[in-house]
Amino acid sequence: MAGERGLQKWKWVAFFLAPSLSGLLLFICYPILSSFWLAFNDWNLLTAPEFVGLANFEELVGDAAFWSALRYTVTFIALYVPLVFVLGLGLALFLNRRARGMLAVRTATFLPVVASWVVVSLIWKWIFNPSYGLVNYGLKLIGIEGPAWLFEPQTAVYAMVITSVWKDVGYVALLYLGGLQGISETYYEAARIDGATRWKSLRHITLPLLSPTMFFVAITLLINYFQMFEQVWLMPMRDSAADRQVEVIVSEVVKNAFSYNRMGYASAMSWVLFVLIFIITFVQLRLQKRWVYYESE
Amino acid sequence: MSRKWLMLVLAMLMLVTVVPVGAQDTQTINYFTFSAAPDHLEDLDLIIQEFQAQNPGIEVVVETAPFSDYFTLLQADISGGAAPDVFELNYENFVTFAANNVLLDISGSISAEAPYYPRALEAFQYDGKQYALPESFSDVLLFYNADLFDAAGLDYPAADWTWTEAIEAAKAIRALGDDTWGLFSPLQFWEFYKKAAQQGECEFFNEDMTESTLNSAGCVEALALMKSFTDEGVMPTAAQLSGVSDSELFLSGKLGMLVTGIWMFGAFADAPFTWDIQLEPGINQKAHHFFANGVAVSATTEKAEAAAAWAEFLTSSEIAATVRVESGWELPALNKPEYFEAYLTQTPPANRAAVFAALESPVTPPVIVRQNEMQDAVNALLTQVADGTLSPQEALDQAKAELDALIQ
Repeated sequence: MAGERGLQKWKWVAFFLAPSLSGLLLFICYPILSSFWLAFNDWNLLTAPEFVGLANFEELVGDAAFWSALRYTVTFIALYVPLVFVLGLGLALFLNRRARGMLAVRTATFLPVVASWVVVSLIWKWIFNPSYGLVNYGLKLIGIEGPAWLFEPQTAVYAMVITSVWKDVGYVALLYLGGLQGISETYYEAARIDGATRWKSLRHITLPLLSPTMFFVAITLLINYFQMFEQVWLMPMRDSAADRQVEVIVSEVVKNAFSYNRMGYASAMSWVLFVLIFIITFVQLRLQKRWVYYESE
Repeated sequence: MSRKWLMLVLAMLMLVTVVPVGAQDTQTINYFTFSAAPDHLEDLDLIIQEFQAQNPGIEVVVETAPFSDYFTLLQADISGGAAPDVFELNYENFVTFAANNVLLDISGSISAEAPYYPRALEAFQYDGKQYALPESFSDVLLFYNADLFDAAGLDYPAADWTWTEAIEAAKAIRALGDDTWGLFSPLQFWEFYKKAAQQGECEFFNEDMTESTLNSAGCVEALALMKSFTDEGVMPTAAQLSGVSDSELFLSGKLGMLVTGIWMFGAFADAPFTWDIQLEPGINQKAHHFFANGVAVSATTEKAEAAAAWAEFLTSSEIAATVRVESGWELPALNKPEYFEAYLTQTPPANRAAVFAALESPVTPPVIVRQNEMQDAVNALLTQVADGTLSPQEALDQAKAELDALIQ
């Protein structure tokens, strides 16, 4: 790379990178840096930002709405992540079998993943409708009076978890499927020769060799769901208790930024969210040594 | 030069000639609006043409945005130093803008004969200065399904009704069928501050705005009355409505009385039953919503005189008023009965005089700089009253604490 030819080459690299790099710098890097600066300012969009030091962060500590949003986010993750983690694995094991028509089944399980949240929320709002929805109709058949789902805060969380699992399980299964298909058939052959049961093969071959995929799934799910937003913005019924009470961190950021015109406070909240995600990911990376098995090691 | 090039050059020349020559001596005013699009752009054009005819040398260029995006875009324009010269504001957002010094004081440029409703003009004053002109108003009344009243053998609502009579009538209508409801007046911020005014002894804040007084006995009484609508079983809960809107319920002929705005006249025009309007029932006194949109001039405009002239023309000229009334595009906030004659003779509803009778007891929302936060906080607590998690007293104690923090 050294010398004039190296420099010449870098010029070309920069030239070809420029179109996407300039977008990245302008629309991603610059807003990230300026939001960091704004977090220490009070800015209502109408007058110039005013430096307030750590005041935004101090306010955050005592803000009941922020803690409520954090509580809902964590509740959501605690219900959603284990469910989609296990169901995705089960689905991947099922899809990994060789059978007629499996390609069609695989495609079908992936359709919700590519559907937009707006469409998905419309469908599931109908399914969860307390008066004419499918869920309560089914419950009625077995003699249960169904709840008001997307109207009440508690049941709305369950309904949104169910919808999110339905939407995402195909994606998680696809990741697992990739992992499963990377496991060499020879391990299973050897196990069969030694008389291992299917359960033992799963326990001692599949799961350990799949652990890097599991690790990847766990990390990305957590990162994504700390930033969950669409469900909470779209699904609760308008003006219902769920609509007015269930907020997650990102919806709280959006409200503060665009409804309350508190850009500085919203930026502070975003940075706290970033630090939170950073810490959790860091801890996960540290813990991976205890359970993730890399074949090459 | 090849033919291709020649064509290109010609095309460029044509583009250039589209730009008007001699534009230098024309002042261009940018006007930003949410109320005109999408239904009333042609009506706005009529007003602009008349203004431009009377004021040669001023050109009005319109930009529109839907209400949901309007204020975000407006703030972005203002903070980016590209504020429109003239723009619409609703009353609730007016104080925020006025308090941040982004509006021009136009007290000096309003002509004395402009026939504004004094109350409407006052609404757009801040610190004793006129920061915007009232453009239009609307109010909220009691809409009733006359057929259901007939079926229940009831007299139609009267102008002097209180909620006691309304609830009795609602019970009789509710008894007509399982899916027939008596009345709808939801438990939310807007209805609450109005019921508070009807109660008469409930104020959101003390006079010098240092403290919220929302947990007073009067406020608790007003809120308890609202809660009684669902407790008495005459009003459906949100879950019982299951996503059907109040206006859909009314249009389906299954709702006796609905408290809603006069902007619903058009939507209800073809209802398959007889309906009319009446003043809203009161508690200790009458109170009716008074919603107003105003037109403000940017503090940074370089064409203040032309901008103020346009703002005044748009809000008070006869052509603007008649175009608005005839096209059903809100009502001008003008004290000129002759402008409204055509409006009063249209039916339904037959009792359009109630629209103006309601102006004798107008209430405007409590307004603070952190308006949206107050509304969200109050709304969240009201839903907890609706679902029985909090009593009216508990909810208002909590609301007082939250509002106190917001006015610090």
